[in-house]
Amino acid sequence: MSIAQDLARLEEIVRKLEADDVELDAALELFEEGVARLRAARERLGAAEVKVQTVLEEAGGDLRLTDLDG
Amino acid sequence: MSNPLQLSALDPTDEAWSVTKLVSAAKRLVEGEFVPVWIRGEVVGLKAWSSGHWYFNLRDRSTQVRCCMWSRYTIAAGKPPQDGTEVFVLGRPGIYEAKGDFQLNVTRLIPTAAIGAAQRELERVKEALRRDGLLDPARKRPIPELATTVAVVTSTAGAALRDVMTVVGKRWPCCRLLVVNARVQGDGAVGALVRALRLVNRIPGVELCIVGRGGGGREDLAAFNSEKVCRALAEVRVPTISAVGHETDLSLTDLVADVRAPTPSAAAEIAVADRREVLRQLDDLAARLAGGLSSRTRLGAERLARTADRLHGTIEAVFRRERHRWDRLAAQLDALSPLRILDRGYAVPVGPDGYVLKRREQFVPGAPFRLRVADGSVAARVESP
Repeated sequence: MSIAQDLARLEEIVRKLEADDVELDAALELFEEGVARLRAARERLGAAEVKVQTVLEEAGGDLRLTDLDG
Repeated sequence: MSNPLQLSALDPTDEAWSVTKLVSAAKRLVEGEFVPVWIRGEVVGLKAWSSGHWYFNLRDRSTQVRCCMWSRYTIAAGKPPQDGTEVFVLGRPGIYEAKGDFQLNVTRLIPTAAIGAAQRELERVKEALRRDGLLDPARKRPIPELATTVAVVTSTAGAALRDVMTVVGKRWPCCRLLVVNARVQGDGAVGALVRALRLVNRIPGVELCIVGRGGGGREDLAAFNSEKVCRALAEVRVPTISAVGHETDLSLTDLVADVRAPTPSAAAEIAVADRREVLRQLDDLAARLAGGLSSRTRLGAERLARTADRLHGTIEAVFRRERHRWDRLAAQLDALSPLRILDRGYAVPVGPDGYVLKRREQFVPGAPFRLRVADGSVAARVESP
């Protein structure tokens, strides 16, 4: 699940909640999911610094990722 | 007219400059005044020394200037141009102190015809790309809004990568940059860029690809005008951003990529979102989420209250109905109670074992029994059968 997907789902949840035709227990479920998505998105955004890796093709054709210093 | 003061001022003996002082002053003046400039002219009298240095004059219709070009620069320029060749030179005007000559220290030399040929090649590639639809605006894909995995095709030693890392670090630290190293200039740059771009298609999870390099001379950017590189870029399966050199440089990869960025920093800004903005968006969604639920709960609570009112009324009705039935049953029960029968003057004979005596044969002459009456019982005895 990506931040984009979290945001899109949150938009959808909020729109449903703001419409009047959701039953209360369904609304509660949506709310709970919304809170979980919010938390997940905030956690993802909280990353301290960019991860930079170099991609190399090994002799056999496999890809190897190496952290870049600095 | 014989003013002794004036005579004294014209007297050269005390105040004369040495030649060295003059040339040094001129040198400081000239070299302080000029930055390297491009000059167009015709080469005459070129001498290529075995050391690799070239000396020649550059002239136009009315004048000429002496030029020298050191071996470390002549290597890149190729063969010495013949007399009469029209060239562009990049040079810094200066003074050669030993001779007091004004001269141009040349660092780049390109025959104007070569520029013409390069221009013609550029047009040919552009036309080929256009014919194959690679410059078609309808081909342009939108850049994903919140990409978190971005491939960067550039030299790991170059300024472009540093710029991209800096901007992404500030705006979108949750991002992963996957750098595919490639030579971006000189021999082998075209092949390296093509290989790197093809490699991008094999990296899982990549959402976007930046290809580019920092500023440089015209030839330094040449690989980004190569037909092979342009075609490899068009085959990258995720949206692409081309960022080559400075704002004023335009390369063919800029035309083929989905988006052209003026610089690598600008490419990074286009590539990733701003975390602060997304956090604001999340705050807004959080507020709406809470608001949505509380209005839903309020609605639910109102409905619940209405239901409870109705339920309450129904229960009362049921209760009232049942209450009447209860009273009636209680009255019937009361009427049927044996105590009430005893009240009416009946008595019940009960044997010593507690059984009610109902038949004549149960009464044995002389046997004791008790008679239960309304307020208790009395002892009795059978007299005769």
